[in-house]
Amino acid sequence: MRHFIDIADLERHDLESLLDEADGFVEILERPIPKVPALRGKTVTTAFFEPSTRTRLSFERAAKALSADTMSFAPGTSSLSKGESLKDTVQTLEAMGSNLLVVRHRAVGAARRVADWTSIPVVNGGDGAHQHPTQALLDALTIRRHFGKVEGLHVAIVGDIRHSRVARSNILAFSALGARVTLVAPRTLLPVVTDGWPVAVSPSLDEVLGEVDVVYLLRVQMERGGATVFPSLPEYVGRFGMTRRRFALLKPEAIVMHPGPMNRGVEIADEVADDPRTLVLEQVAMGVAVRMAVLFRLLGGELDE
Amino acid sequence: MRAVMDAADMARALRRIGHEIVERNRGVDDLVLLGIHTRGVPLAQRLAREIADFEAAVPVGELDVALYRDDLDRRPKTRIGATRVPVSIDDRVVVLVDDVLFTGRTVRAALDSIADLGRPRRVELAALIDRGHRELPIRPDYVGKNLPTSRRQRVMVHVSEIDGNDRAFVEEAV
Repeated sequence: MRHFIDIADLERHDLESLLDEADGFVEILERPIPKVPALRGKTVTTAFFEPSTRTRLSFERAAKALSADTMSFAPGTSSLSKGESLKDTVQTLEAMGSNLLVVRHRAVGAARRVADWTSIPVVNGGDGAHQHPTQALLDALTIRRHFGKVEGLHVAIVGDIRHSRVARSNILAFSALGARVTLVAPRTLLPVVTDGWPVAVSPSLDEVLGEVDVVYLLRVQMERGGATVFPSLPEYVGRFGMTRRRFALLKPEAIVMHPGPMNRGVEIADEVADDPRTLVLEQVAMGVAVRMAVLFRLLGGELDE
Repeated sequence: MRAVMDAADMARALRRIGHEIVERNRGVDDLVLLGIHTRGVPLAQRLAREIADFEAAVPVGELDVALYRDDLDRRPKTRIGATRVPVSIDDRVVVLVDDVLFTGRTVRAALDSIADLGRPRRVELAALIDRGHRELPIRPDYVGKNLPTSRRQRVMVHVSEIDGNDRAFVEEAV
């Protein structure tokens, strides 16, 4: 594995071996000194051309737990505002001594393009509405640690599938690992074409509540004009919000997940967000472990199998 | 391939090392055995059983030191195993257990790993085979067999828990 860009590039075996490695890193993060010297002397650079706090912080935490140095590039304060091209920027970051780039960009395919321009490994930290592969890994790890498996579980992904890179990555990862995926969304928030996706589609959350093991709520992207694709927030909450009433209708062992940041009172009710069966903070913690696994896989030498 | 220890030799060596550990530490108070992945782990468990037979139970754990190696870039990486330490190692005597002691780099990595897990009173080292060629100032406290080798040879220990049989052998480099 040279880059980590798209879940579709990976076989089930690759996903499972990354999850196994991440399990080991969870143990390291629980130690009194949660740090190992594995990547001493390496520099991990986060180049986020689109605002993000938690993903960037999570990558930095992961890099530091492996003793790598970190640099971070933020477009607002950089030469991008002077018109430097993406290509010049990434080549500059490489020339400065980066050993790995984590790239987030609003353009679909940006990370893949960046990988063509550099000789160092590239990790996709999110490209447009296309892929967010480390999110998929951390969600899969959260599910696998909770249930002891992913195979055979039924996962509902609820909300704005059309604009969601999280949905696209997670559909691929969950189904590759043997879960059954149902998309729950109004037609306006579904992709125009879902032919060939390994999913079922349901227009009603209420219909699937009693059957699913995992309810994966997507964020209503207020800043991306959420209100233009469905009539009103109250209507969204009424049909797709994880309210207390709906939460009570889930199977007793079912869990609720959300990639964050949550809009409390919109896609998830306050009380549900704080319930122990909502694993949002566990997802955040697993995010550090899977990013350690990805960084270590790309920078720590070849795996002998 | 040349056999250097059979199952009976290994059992006798482990029994003797068990006795030496207890004798030197005057009992088992404060002892912890930590096996180094991969084959040090079953060896540490067997040592703990030996010691339990004639003295008393000793806690036993396992260390994977791959993330502490200084030669990650230079050798094929193996899958990372678990690190499990059943008790606090603070102020205890840790006995590291490995199958083959060679350059000392694995032990160096294990010492760094232990320093991150706590502050033992003392750390001792037990190796089933010491084949020489140290690259660091590290020496074992307990040795099953001293084996003169050339640097190019490979010394392998097989244990029944992993390999299905107990034996040690030397291979000429290919």
